[in-house]
Amino acid sequence: MRRAWRWLMPLAALPVLALLAYGFRIDTRAIPSPLVGRPAAAFTLTTFGGEPVSLEAHRGRVVVVNFWASWCNPACYDEAPVLERGWRAYRERGVAVLGVDIQDTPEAAQKFIRDFSLTFPNAPDPGGKVSIDYGVYGVPETFFIDRHGRIRVKHVGALTDGLFREHVDRLLAEPA
Amino acid sequence: MIPEIGYGALLVALVLAVYGSAAAGIGGHTGRAAYVESAQHAALGVFVLVTLAFALLTYAFLVFDFSVRYVAANTNRGTPFYYRITAVWGALEGSIILWAWMIAMYTLIVILRHRRNAREFYPWVLTVLLSVLAFFLLVMTVPAPPFQRLTPAPADGRGLNPLLEDSGMITHPVALYLGFTGFTVPFAFAIAALITRRVGDAWITTTRRWTIVAWYFLSLGLLIGGWWSYHVLGWGGYWAWDPVENAAFMPWLTGTAFLHSVMIQERRRMLKLWNIALVVLTFSLTLFGTFLTRSGVIASVHAFTQGSIGMFFLTFLALVVLGALALLALRWDDLRGQGELDSVVSRESTFLLNNVMLVAAAFTVFFGTVFPLLAEATRGVKVSVGAPFFNSVNVPLFLGLIFLMGVGPLIAWRRASLNNLVRNFLWPVTIGVVAAAVFRLLGVRSALAVLTLALTVFVAATIAVDFARATRARGRLGERLLPAMGGLLVRHNRRYGGFVIHLGILLVAVGVTGSQAWSVQDELTLRRGESTELAGYRVRFDGLAASEESNHFKVTGTFTVTNGRGHPLTLSPAKKFYPRDQTPIAYVDYKLGLREDVYLVLGDFARDGSQATVKLQVNRLVSWIWLGGVVLTLGTALAVLPERRKTA
Repeated sequence: MRRAWRWLMPLAALPVLALLAYGFRIDTRAIPSPLVGRPAAAFTLTTFGGEPVSLEAHRGRVVVVNFWASWCNPACYDEAPVLERGWRAYRERGVAVLGVDIQDTPEAAQKFIRDFSLTFPNAPDPGGKVSIDYGVYGVPETFFIDRHGRIRVKHVGALTDGLFREHVDRLLAEPA
Repeated sequence: MIPEIGYGALLVALVLAVYGSAAAGIGGHTGRAAYVESAQHAALGVFVLVTLAFALLTYAFLVFDFSVRYVAANTNRGTPFYYRITAVWGALEGSIILWAWMIAMYTLIVILRHRRNAREFYPWVLTVLLSVLAFFLLVMTVPAPPFQRLTPAPADGRGLNPLLEDSGMITHPVALYLGFTGFTVPFAFAIAALITRRVGDAWITTTRRWTIVAWYFLSLGLLIGGWWSYHVLGWGGYWAWDPVENAAFMPWLTGTAFLHSVMIQERRRMLKLWNIALVVLTFSLTLFGTFLTRSGVIASVHAFTQGSIGMFFLTFLALVVLGALALLALRWDDLRGQGELDSVVSRESTFLLNNVMLVAAAFTVFFGTVFPLLAEATRGVKVSVGAPFFNSVNVPLFLGLIFLMGVGPLIAWRRASLNNLVRNFLWPVTIGVVAAAVFRLLGVRSALAVLTLALTVFVAATIAVDFARATRARGRLGERLLPAMGGLLVRHNRRYGGFVIHLGILLVAVGVTGSQAWSVQDELTLRRGESTELAGYRVRFDGLAASEESNHFKVTGTFTVTNGRGHPLTLSPAKKFYPRDQTPIAYVDYKLGLREDVYLVLGDFARDGSQATVKLQVNRLVSWIWLGGVVLTLGTALAVLPERRKTA
């Protein structure tokens, strides 16, 4: 066999490897939610502090609704400081962050809120009604709601500072 | 302290592995034994450190040390004791540490066994093994650290994926990983053979047992995976052509090809290049499997979480594949075979055909698995490839392979004469044809089922004919029947071990055929006290009961099953509700039988217990698959027995 031919074998492996590398560019977790673009379902809950919290009260503002649980580890643990930072950075600009705690015990949830010194409103979802309305199938999931009360982005998994800013900035830039 | 000690141990192990790999290479290159000796010490150090890390992680699980992030993510206070141990390898980071520990253990065995009997290969084998170890240790220190401190430590953990709370999860990953990692050793020897230009049969004879053992564990892992799927997932099947199942199946196919093709090299000095290529391919496919499970590139029910780890695996895979193939190209001239195919009708060509079919099957499975990726890359559409594709391309190949399983071991080397063919195959073929007619008369309608079963009978007949003839030959020498049979098995353990393994595969084939062709199922809602009938079984719904278990809530249905003979049977399928999961997990109840299994899955139910939906299946011959696994185990044990000097 000619000398050059023998190199065909390693060369033949290259396209296969390239194809596998391409796999990183696609997101198999991007599951489009049928709720995106639709009006967000209204809810009224009572926070752990005993205050009422409702989506309706924030009409006209950009709202970030985050579903979490104290047993959701590590994703919710990674995400909690991100939400708190985002809330502090954007509250002056009229952005609301609401936390909905699902399938949890009040003690564990309150310890979680204390541990991360969360200051935005957090409420349990007794009976899971809100999480059903929002089609939540795992925690954490975060919904970004625009000033007209429509769900614009559904994010599955832990948020990062970059993602938080990106989505909120875009919704803030839109005309009211 | 556990996170810090564990992380430190892995870091030191990484340094040692990198050092040892380099030292062994220098030793191999210069021939200075001191370097190899030093590398050996490094490898021992790696083994001790990885063992320590693994033990620490297990300990952290047992004492609920939630300051370790991985522990908090995969267990909670309700997790029962046994599942806290299996939880150690239940997710990404822990599976990598188990993997690394196994390679470290294999490396230790290589040192103990081959330090003296494979001198020329030994330094390079160490280099390869330690490099692979270094890679896995790197993964554990950078993208997937099992020891990461979680602050603040939560009061309770998240809990194990409920589907993994099953005894099959103790053995399935362990067997599978023993198989996957086991192929590292033949691969290391193949690379050593290429580097030292000793591509004769020495590396093959040295690794023969390694290959069989790795192959066996891989087979066992696949079978236990099937068993888990069958009795836990509640869809009544054992194989779904899921990408991750495929990932384990592909190296099995090429590994099987390798087991057979080495016999040609040993006997006829042919296929040197092919054998090395097969072992490189098999090892690469085990890495591909890990890549697939851990990169999130292809969606699958088995997939672990994604992260930068995929990139690490792909880079390593690329290094291995390109490096090994380039080395192969450099050594091309050494790899020319000495023998030639004398005839198409010979054992060589049968084995070659078996290899072509096995590799073709591996290729189609590979193609089907990455096709969704290819489609998205080229046309931008999301598609999924399902069971119909895999079945329609693989069934003919598997039928051909079963046929060859009968022909290969008996046909003559070089050139089979007509006389040889008649002597060996007249009876088996006759028996096979008669069997086909009998099956047909018994009312087997599916042509595929008739063909498969007749082929199985044919293969079993070839084995029986061979065994009977060999026993008779010993009988003529004055041995009595039973000692003659036993002596055959022990003295020719490799050949007869292979035959027993073939019988195991035949049992699996019968089980697959039977369950595909004759299983029946029904799904319906029953009121309390009401009965239904399926395939001669009468099933009555007797009511529901609820109970609180350590980490979940359980609703159990009671059903009485009668089939006209024997005692009525009570089956209690249940639904388990885990607090953190939206969807309940099915708990299947079944009665296994040689002929058929009765299999019940509880569906929706009325809260007051007045009615329940139940899926009722009568699955035919499925137990033969698990029986095949037992026979496979016996055959492997026989095949790896040390070969006795032939005295008779």
